[in-house]
Amino acid sequence: MREVAVTAVGCVSPLGVGAPALLRRWLEGDCGVRDGEAPCASFDPSEFLSVKEARRADRFTQLALAAGAETMAAAGWQDGLPYEAGRVGCMIGTGVGGLGTIEANHASLTAAGAKGVSPLAVPLMMGNAGTAALSMRHGLRGPAFGIVSACAAGAHAIGTAMRTIRWGDADAVLAGGSEAGLTPLARAAFGAMGATSGCGISRPFDVRRDGFVMGEGAGVLLLEDAAKARERGAPILALLRGYGASSDAHHLTAPRAGGEGAAAAISAALADAGLQARDVDYVNAHGTSTPLNDSAETSALRLALGERAREIPVSSLKGSTGHLLGAAGAVEAVATVLALRAGMIPATVGLSETDPELGLDFVPGAARALTGGGGAAVALSNSFGFGGHNAVLVLEVERADAGASAAGRPAL
Amino acid sequence: MATDTQTVEQVINEALVSFGAEPGDITPTATLEALNIDSLDLAELSQIVEERFGVELTSSDVTEIATVGDAVALVASRA
Repeated sequence: MREVAVTAVGCVSPLGVGAPALLRRWLEGDCGVRDGEAPCASFDPSEFLSVKEARRADRFTQLALAAGAETMAAAGWQDGLPYEAGRVGCMIGTGVGGLGTIEANHASLTAAGAKGVSPLAVPLMMGNAGTAALSMRHGLRGPAFGIVSACAAGAHAIGTAMRTIRWGDADAVLAGGSEAGLTPLARAAFGAMGATSGCGISRPFDVRRDGFVMGEGAGVLLLEDAAKARERGAPILALLRGYGASSDAHHLTAPRAGGEGAAAAISAALADAGLQARDVDYVNAHGTSTPLNDSAETSALRLALGERAREIPVSSLKGSTGHLLGAAGAVEAVATVLALRAGMIPATVGLSETDPELGLDFVPGAARALTGGGGAAVALSNSFGFGGHNAVLVLEVERADAGASAAGRPAL
Repeated sequence: MATDTQTVEQVINEALVSFGAEPGDITPTATLEALNIDSLDLAELSQIVEERFGVELTSSDVTEIATVGDAVALVASRA
């Protein structure tokens, strides 16, 4: 079976533009939440997009283009691909797609009738617009489509991309997730269902957690047939060893309280990787800071990993970035790869009083060094979406890389 | 003619700039193709001239337009 490697990463997040800012600020325990939301405040689309590109892209697509540009530049592919274009695919997940475009055009429709609606409305709002823009920008002519599974979309995209490479349908895939949902309708809608935090604080696994804090962003990873990547001498940031997906088939928004659905995805991902619970060194949790998710996810980890669950550090990026919805799984995969490469376990920022009913090691306080024996460091990255969709990735980084880069600047 | 050609030209040029054309490249003889103005831009341009001048451009009208000057002349003749 073909091995799949992560050979480059990029992201735009509430912690800043670029993957280095994400890692650095997460390790420092910074938080990108301002007034109850986590915007990509330092993102200026004009730095990354031409006038034409920018006006033909909803913000979620603009974020994907910027993250993808960083990834392609990091790979050295910005001026051309090392593979035949038809062998390079693109899969960008999103929760909703061009929500801001839908809202603006609906307002025009209401005010001015059908003639007020832009000819660009459809191509900007469609959920596959991020994929389309990246494939056009970089000339990727292999399998390309959007992935829609609410807050698991980024992870499903990465997992699907990995399968596409394993199956032999592509040699490389630009994969990730993007979301720009800081809009009046989304705020009102998530607020109406009681999903967002009333106090505007993201504190996963904390006893006082009361909902998620909405953020925006994009993460894009370059996945590549590992043998081909080695052949062309590319640095390998991580191996994507396993992917597991499942569905709760239970409730439109609530997870199964016992975490059975999520546990099935974790077990499937480990089985896919050919690994056991004892091999896992770190869990990058979905950890949304909602009462239900954090409790069900903890149950899922106990179910799938048994006693080992209590020994593994489990942290959530969302204390630092808020919830990036369809981008979350991708930005978190980027963060997980970079953290392991830096030899670090970042903290769950915002967590100060661990919910006694949960009781795992949620890494409160400060980041700590990755410990344990030799060999590869293995991380799970969990993502769960409304609709009951679960996606889990198994990422592996050579510990030698981790040790080497921990001594100096994190290797990107 | 209710609207003078100069006004039409100004509105069309402004639209082309907003679509991403370089202001310095916009001349009456410049082709839309050279300015990288495509069918989606023309759909927007049709909307703009209809709103501003009440001129409705059909899809066959639009296919007749090759240059900036063609667009200005067509709209001005009906405005």
